[in-house]
Amino acid sequence: MSWTEDQPMVSVRDVHKSFGELEVLKGVSLDVMKGEVICIIGPSGSGKSTLIRCINALNDIQQGSILVEGIEVHDKHLDKLELRKKVGMVFQQYNLFPHKTALENVMMAPIRVLKENKDDVEKSARALIKKVRLEGKENSYPGELSGGQQQRVAIARSLAMKPDVILFDEVTAALDPETVNEVLVTIKDLAEEGMTCILVTHEMGFAREVADHIYFTDRGVIVEHGKPATFFDEAKDPRTKEFLSQIL
Amino acid sequence: MEAFFEWFKVLYDETGINLPFIYDSYDRGRMLDGLWMTIKLSVVCLFFSVVIGVIGAWLQGSAYTWTRRFVNGYIQLFRNTPPLVQLYFFYFAIGSLLPRVATEFGGEAPLLGNFAWAVISLSFFAGAFNVEIFRSGIEAVPESTVEAAEALGFSRLQIYKDITLPLAFRVILPALNNNLVNLVKTTTLAYAIAVPEMLYEANQIWSDNVNVTEMMIFLLIAYFVLVGVLVWGMNRWERAMKIPGYGA
Ligand SMILES: Nc1ncnc2c1ncn2[C@@H]1O[C@H](COP(=O)(O)OP(=O)(O)O)[C@@H](O)[C@H]1O
Ligand SMILES: [Mg+2]
Repeated sequence: MSWTEDQPMVSVRDVHKSFGELEVLKGVSLDVMKGEVICIIGPSGSGKSTLIRCINALNDIQQGSILVEGIEVHDKHLDKLELRKKVGMVFQQYNLFPHKTALENVMMAPIRVLKENKDDVEKSARALIKKVRLEGKENSYPGELSGGQQQRVAIARSLAMKPDVILFDEVTAALDPETVNEVLVTIKDLAEEGMTCILVTHEMGFAREVADHIYFTDRGVIVEHGKPATFFDEAKDPRTKEFLSQIL
Repeated sequence: MEAFFEWFKVLYDETGINLPFIYDSYDRGRMLDGLWMTIKLSVVCLFFSVVIGVIGAWLQGSAYTWTRRFVNGYIQLFRNTPPLVQLYFFYFAIGSLLPRVATEFGGEAPLLGNFAWAVISLSFFAGAFNVEIFRSGIEAVPESTVEAAEALGFSRLQIYKDITLPLAFRVILPALNNNLVNLVKTTTLAYAIAVPEMLYEANQIWSDNVNVTEMMIFLLIAYFVLVGVLVWGMNRWERAMKIPGYGA
């Protein structure tokens, strides 16, 4: 089966996921078209991280289907490398490689995983560092950078693999308030360039501004979803209303 | 130089302090051979024991229960038995089982000589400790850093080589340092199977010259200096490996 652009780039169908006895996802479905930005919001522990980690097979699922450009992720014979070339991920704690400089962090995967030519990789890595506004920090180690700077390196590192979709898991949650914005601006730039993004976030203003679609999760199910305007102003489910009233 | 050697001869005549391995060219040759053999034995065993440590720690992370059991069995066996007994076991028990090969002089010789058996035995001995040391370092590498590499498409082997090992190395250098010092000291056991290392040659010299006290003092100093050089090198390496802004 071959995927075409009029089909969802990511299609999650009735996904169930348990950690032992604990069922964390109880039948979740969502679709993301190419170029779309979707935001997943919801209380802590509702399964948001688990859901997006299932999309790039960092977690396995027990039931349901996840298609990424037609590749079935819920498959014993999944070619993980093929999947991970398509799906990038940025983590809450940045997770940079501490023994590599900012530039090396960005260059490493294209060289090792994609086996690209080192000089070409360095050129595009420098361009990516510039794109995330970190010119001059190429030779700094992660330990020498602020949280916001590290997170932007992490975004550049993910972009270096030229993914078709990027997963962002609360990427500003660990940051000092004054550096949150520099990371959000970077993500917004990406969204405007047409990058497909799946974001877990608590930044409601940001979600409203950049998202094409908002999903609200609670205890392993999607309670409500819709376009930002309708979602934020005309939420119907009492759980959504309660959550929004607490956070806004 | 000759005057220097002569001075020790005079020292002997005047005071009775007998250091023939300085003034006597034959004994000097034996001592240098012994020193060289100790260095060779140490370096070769250091190398193989680290290789065993790296591979063993990798196999300990294997998905196959039997692979892990095999590695654990090996560690237990070599940690919980005296290295001299291990050496005898390899040399006499295993050595006698191996076929003998024809020499160029028409005679027969064992397949492996005593130097080879000393290398094998001592490498496995120090290697067992190295596996544990490397494992402790690997466990200190955050799971989230490994996940970031996975998400970028790194294979398990690439992660081990490029991320886990380099980070683990920095954590374990003090413990590794310790074990390698121990290994150099343990090379004296090779004396027991007549490997002509420093202790063995010193014994030859004191048998011929009846200068046990002098030789013992010399040996103590020689090993002190030898291990001192190793420790100095390892400390320098430790400092060179330090990452700016990372760790203590
Ligand atoms: N590796 C794991 N093992 C066991 N339980 C887990 C694991 N990861 C997450 N959980 C549990 O799954 C639930 C959902 O977690 P998570 O997806 O991180 O929620 P969220 O990102 O929405 O805060 C939580 O109850 C959490 O404790
Ligand atoms: Mg989370």
